[in-house]
This record gives sequence, structure tokens and C-alpha cells, in this order.
Amino acid sequence: MGKKFVSVIAKFTDLGKVTPLSILWNDGRRFDIDRVDDARRAASLKGGGIGTRYTCMIRGRQVYLFKDEDVWYVEVE
Amino acid sequence: MDRVILHSDLNNFYASVECLYNPEIRNKPVAVGGDEEARHGIVLAKNQIAKAYGVKTGEALWQARQKCPGLVTVQANFKLYLKFSHLVREIYDCYTDQFEPFGIDEGWLDVTGSTGLFGTGEKIANEIRKRIYEELGVTVSVGVSFNKIFAKLGSDMNKPNATTIITRDNYKTTVWQLPASDLLYVGPATTKKLKLMSIRTIGDLAQCDTKILQGRIGVVGLLLHRFANGQDNSPVAKKGAEAYIKSVGNSITAPRDLCTIEDIKAVFYMLSESVAARLRGHGLKCTGIQIHVRDKDLFSCERQAQLVFPTCLTKEISDKAMEIFISKYRMVKPLRSIGVRGINLVPENYAFQLDLLTNQNKREKQEIVERTVDEIRARFGYSAIQRGIILKNKDLTGINPKDDHVIHPVGYLDGKII
Repeated sequence: MGKKFVSVIAKFTDLGKVTPLSILWNDGRRFDIDRVDDARRAASLKGGGIGTRYTCMIRGRQVYLFKDEDVWYVEVE
Repeated sequence: MDRVILHSDLNNFYASVECLYNPEIRNKPVAVGGDEEARHGIVLAKNQIAKAYGVKTGEALWQARQKCPGLVTVQANFKLYLKFSHLVREIYDCYTDQFEPFGIDEGWLDVTGSTGLFGTGEKIANEIRKRIYEELGVTVSVGVSFNKIFAKLGSDMNKPNATTIITRDNYKTTVWQLPASDLLYVGPATTKKLKLMSIRTIGDLAQCDTKILQGRIGVVGLLLHRFANGQDNSPVAKKGAEAYIKSVGNSITAPRDLCTIEDIKAVFYMLSESVAARLRGHGLKCTGIQIHVRDKDLFSCERQAQLVFPTCLTKEISDKAMEIFISKYRMVKPLRSIGVRGINLVPENYAFQLDLLTNQNKREKQEIVERTVDEIRARFGYSAIQRGIILKNKDLTGINPKDDHVIHPVGYLDGKII
């Protein structure tokens, strides 16, 4: 249980809306986000923290991506 | 129609936040404490597991470790707790504009006007609990009733994460069974007096003759009688209603005992600077100064004196504090903590009698200088500009009492009785 901080490429609209487009893993791999199904404030019990939780579909899998103030993280087992 | 009042209480607040952020300590006994090196090492909060070991809020961390050998102690992170407190209030704002905080982790909500939109008090309470858990990962206990006192008792009855409803039909079978000491304003002294009158539960208190109560414990007796019978009709303050300020004070437990007049002067100066800045921030001046002193054996006392002119100047406040200290206190032991408080407050433009000798121009100029310092600090940070005396005693004065300690105690009656 824990969290892994990641780099993210995101789109910032003129209205201030933020949508993540891809996640950049530490080893250089890049995971494009196919779809964001939901974005809401939520706690990450697994990762330990709170933030805006983006429910992302990546290569057919659902991934929770969290944004807490200016940092992004994903939950890891 | 009866009011619908919720009292919401975050369970083991500091400890819950720490456990949320550190999943690995969640299943261990946890106590949140102050900095032991700075001698603030007492238990501020503990989780349910530590509670089962008998760890109590307020005891020293070393005592807690004796009771519970595997205890994980975490240093308090007030900034994070304030952030959570703020986020919780944002959730309350969705249901009412009448939220009255009672400390950092609890408060009352009057949702009478929102029941048409959101449903019954119970439904709103459950929704708030669910949202706080999902969005912030901490749990809250909510009491729902027709007055503030019963709502508060309700939130204490079932912990953690529960809703307790107290109605006009069930309060005699629920609230009345609780010990009288659960009621606000029944401390150890009152409990003792009530025991002598064979009053042990809130029900006993409610059924006691008011004349007897008044005779034994004074006017507070009447107040408690009303509380016990559910006749408290004090309103829940509107959001943003500033509490009426009666005094502005700061105190500190120093990192080491204060032995010399020089030490004490430096700490008084640092505290006075914060008191003066806060007075200016509120548009107030004080006409009296009170000091608080506690020696290393924990003997404490307070002394006060009047000022000649109303003031919000650091030097005048700290000089007066020093004068009171020297003239009214005989120092025999090193001091552990001291405090300064501006009392008998007046508005900053309050008219006062001048005299022939004091140079008021200089005082006015000094005030402009201090206000400029406030502005510099607001823009560039607290340490952007500092006094020489503070730098000389860095081990004692290296904190910012104005912003580092923003959790103020609150009283239910705000100084008014009946």
C-alpha cells in the first residue's frame, strides 16, 4: 500500500479545467489516458492522502489518478 | 416547529488525518504529540487502538509509552489539520449557511431551513458523514436534535462514524441516563457539588428543584437545569459572524527554562509583537495588560495592570508586561511558560485623554512604523523583517506566534451567562 508520485501531461483550459492526458512513469514509459470517466474530490485510503481523483481508462484498465494541490500520484499495491 | 440542529465531531481528528496519510501505521496504536525536544511532548490526540490501551489526551508522551509499549508517536502538523478543517467546512456549506465552529474539529449546523431541499436531519447527517469519509477519508460522529446541547451530547454517544438522533420523545431515555459530567459546563468542581446533592445523571439534574440548584451552585445551576431539560434556545451563529473579541493574547512554553530577566524580556517582546500585530489586524487597542507565568514546577499565576493610553504598540505592551512581572511577581524558580494578553479592548479610533508630557506624535509615528512592518511581513513573510532582540535570543524566540498558533480556544457562552 502506498502511492507513487508521477509526472503528468495535462490540458489546462481557458476556464481553468484540468484534464490529464498521459502519465509518464519514472523509467521513461508513457501511458496515454484513453478516457477520463469521472473527476471528484476523494480520499485515497490505499495511497494515503486526498485530492481530486480522476477515474482514467488506460489500455482498457481503470486507474485512479490523484492530484493533490500541484502533485500527481497513483495508488500502488 | 422545532429547529433541526446537527453537531458534527470529527473522530480522533489529528490521529485520523495522520493515519490517512500513513497507511502503514493505521493498524497500530498512534498518538499525535507536540515536539518533545521543544518540551511540548504531550498527547494531543490518539487513535482508537491507543485509546484501548488507556492513552489519554493531555498526558506526557513518555507516560503514554509506558501504558502502550508499541505506541507510534507522530509530530503534529497543524497546517494539514487546518486544511482538513477548512475542507470539512466546505462540505457543511453545501447544506447551510449557519455553521458555528467549536474548535477546529467540531461545530453546530442549523439545517432547519434546508430540510425541504435535502430531507430530514437524519438524512442530512448521514449524507455529510458519507461525503466526509469518501472525500476526506476521515470519520465524523453527528448528533441530531432540536437544540445545541442535546445535539452535542448525541455526537458523543456513538463513536466513531455514527448518527445519533435525540428527539423530544426519546431524550428522557437517552440523554437523561448520561452522567451529569457529560454536560457542557459541568467540570470536576461542579460534578463534586452535584454528587453531594445526589445528582449523578443529567436526568437527576433535570428533575432537581431549581431553587435548590441555585442555592447550591448559583446562577449556573439554573443554566444547567435548562440544558438538562432541553430548553437551550441559543442560536447557531451565521457563517462569518465574527466572535466578539474580549482579549488578545499569546503564550508559549519555552524550549528551555527561562532563568534570567534577559530571557524573559526577549520572550515577552516576541509575544507582545504578535499581540500588537493581532490587535492592529482586528482594529483594536488594549487598555490593560495581563501576564501569565508558570514556573518549572507547574505553579502558575496571572497578574494584570492598566495602561495610561490605549495601545497597539509592541514596545508599550512589552514594557508594561515587564513592569508587571518585576513589580507583581517574585521569581524564585526558573519559568517554563509565559504569556501576554491585551485586555479591556477598545476600537482603534477610541478617544482618550491626552496629557502634557507624553509625545503623542512619536507614538503615532511608531504605530505607522509597526503597521508598515505588518505589511512587509504580509508580502514577504514573517522573517523578512525582525527586531534585534529576537535575533539575539534565537533559541527562545525562533517561532512566529502570530501564525504558528492559530487554533484558539472557544467558549460556548462567550462570557455571557443567561
